[in-house]
Amino acid sequence: MKLMEGSEAIAEAAIAAGCKFFAGYPMTPFTELLEHFARRLPDSGGVCVNAESELEAVGMAWGALAVGERAATGSTGQGLSLMQESFSEITLAELPLVIFNMARGQQDYFQSTRGGGHGDYRHIVLAPMDIGEAVAHTQLAFHLADKWRTPVLVYGDYLLAHVQEAVDVTPMEFAPLPAKDWAVDGTLTGTGDSRIVSPLGFDKAGRPSEGIENHLRAIVAKQDRIAAEEVRVESGFLDDAETVIVAFGPPGKFVKYVVNALRAEGEKIGYVRPITLWPFPYEAVAAASEGVARVGVFELCAGQMIDDVRLGVLGRAPVTFIGGISTDGSGFGVGPLLDVELIRARILALHRDEPMPPLPHNERQF
Amino acid sequence: MTSVEMRQVGKKLPELLLTQEHHMCPGCGEPLALRGYLEAITELGMASRAIGVAGIGCYTSFSMTMDVDLVQALHGRAPSVATGVKRMRPDSIVFTVQGDGDMVNEGLQEVLHTAARGENVTCILLNNGVFGETGGHMTATSVIGQRTKNSLEGRDAQYHGYPILIGDLIARLEGAAYVARGSVHNAGAVARTKRMFKRAFQAQERKEGFTFVEVLTMCPTGWFIPTLEGPDYMNETLGEVHIMGELKVDGVVRTTEELHDENVRKAHEMEQALARGGIDDHHD
Amino acid sequence: MSAKGSVTIDVEVCKGCELCIDACPPHVLSMSTPVNHLGYRYPELADGCTGCAACQLICPDFVFEVFRAPRGA
Repeated sequence: MKLMEGSEAIAEAAIAAGCKFFAGYPMTPFTELLEHFARRLPDSGGVCVNAESELEAVGMAWGALAVGERAATGSTGQGLSLMQESFSEITLAELPLVIFNMARGQQDYFQSTRGGGHGDYRHIVLAPMDIGEAVAHTQLAFHLADKWRTPVLVYGDYLLAHVQEAVDVTPMEFAPLPAKDWAVDGTLTGTGDSRIVSPLGFDKAGRPSEGIENHLRAIVAKQDRIAAEEVRVESGFLDDAETVIVAFGPPGKFVKYVVNALRAEGEKIGYVRPITLWPFPYEAVAAASEGVARVGVFELCAGQMIDDVRLGVLGRAPVTFIGGISTDGSGFGVGPLLDVELIRARILALHRDEPMPPLPHNERQF
Repeated sequence: MTSVEMRQVGKKLPELLLTQEHHMCPGCGEPLALRGYLEAITELGMASRAIGVAGIGCYTSFSMTMDVDLVQALHGRAPSVATGVKRMRPDSIVFTVQGDGDMVNEGLQEVLHTAARGENVTCILLNNGVFGETGGHMTATSVIGQRTKNSLEGRDAQYHGYPILIGDLIARLEGAAYVARGSVHNAGAVARTKRMFKRAFQAQERKEGFTFVEVLTMCPTGWFIPTLEGPDYMNETLGEVHIMGELKVDGVVRTTEELHDENVRKAHEMEQALARGGIDDHHD
Repeated sequence: MSAKGSVTIDVEVCKGCELCIDACPPHVLSMSTPVNHLGYRYPELADGCTGCAACQLICPDFVFEVFRAPRGA
């Protein structure tokens, strides 16, 4: 057990999982993650490159993945916007990229789950609620990425990056994985059996090629299999709940805390905390909304996950947004809405069918 | 007439090419460059550790026909992918193949940063002054006066700006160890360009830093001219602005005068050698 | 006088670009009259080949195989 800030813990977890390459570009609140990788990767025989742009960072990770190494990149939402073409194509090339979004709030939900780039693709998204989960999710991300040969995004934020907790970063055990018999390393050049790692669905001349249409369909079919197997969700107090609150990430932990407290006071309130944002736990949300009077969605943004909640609820109960945009003076960090008392007031207002309190204002401006 | 035992000269196909047929247009210069770098790799004994990274352009179809372990990258993005490959496999010989639209338009920062960092990779530029695959549009290397689909009256400095002489730009970066610009407009130039590939790969093997070989190629389709006029057009348009030669050797940038003199001398040498019966590859 | 060189010409893959015609120093290549299955005319060899391989160097379609007699023969 060691006291670490979240960024350091995540970097340590990635290294424990065997990550050998990281490239990134400084941007708040992701920068410390890059710093920790830069400091620690060389010790474990890895390489960290301070890329000159986000585009080049994801490109370098692409190369490292293609030769069969575990590799990652990251940024905050703005930087990930720049990487989207590559994320989409890396998904088509079936490379196991791990992506860290140290986000400036929860407004990157669409970017993460709708496939922020072009095309019919999704990548797995894990949303840890605290550093302990972030450490576990980081190691899980590398495993799932290799298991499915698809990118996995870990959705962090300013709080996760900068809060310090006592953390245990021992390597976790996972099921064995097949060898990477698709990777290239130059040894097959000139043998007639050389390989190509490509998003385009074509193999070397002389080998059967599925072609681009079949390839795109195969990727979607794989995503359907992932959706069937990899949903993760946590929920509580649903049995006789009249009101169910849905939230993810650190705000999900705050909501959990508040719901626990309200239950102790006799309020019939339950919660659902999606852990995988994609695949989204539609079934769990559907089951939770059966027979309830109302569903509330708490997010630190204008409301994005609420679309998926509505799809899961599918009209069984009214779905109300009880979150909002709330940020600090810099715009990078945590706003005043992430507060137990304020969240409690909003949940109770929903539960009692009373008007929602106004959103707090961040008083300090830069 | 005595029948003398003749020996084969060169090879019909490079060893590292899986198929002969390709879909490049008649008179395209890219297959000439392809033969050059594939044969260079084979002749240097580097085949069993060569990894290619391809950009997006007409030449992308070669990704499937080269018997080379290969990573297909996006338009402009091959240098960063090559960086990741080389950092993880430092004993491999890593090269990119990119067109001018790919490298000098979309991917300008990638190649400049990779060169500045002195990454031990070889970037190969196939420069025909147009976006060939999309039908013949202006790129950052198109020269003033060159007619393309979006510079129909000829590239105009006031409206379209000036071309980027990418080889010359890279030569001035300290991380670049060997920088050369060849061309494939005649047999002598093709032979000379193959030697540039060899020197670049050898410099990579010696871990001297970033190496770069630009090759001026013909694109009669993208230039809207008959195939026969390709070599002269190339020489008289691109060749007048993007000057051939070894732009940087052993860390020293050559002057335009030095390059001009050497080009005249080499062209003459090659012509003489061919007239005498062949270019001997053991000569320098 | 024995030929100093010779080439074989893979006529069916030629795309008729004619770069070899100008490239040949002794000018022993000329384009055919008939066309191949792709519809292109292709080079034909006359006497006087030196085996210099200029045609092989300049051909984008890998049409030529080149043979050369030992020098001084």
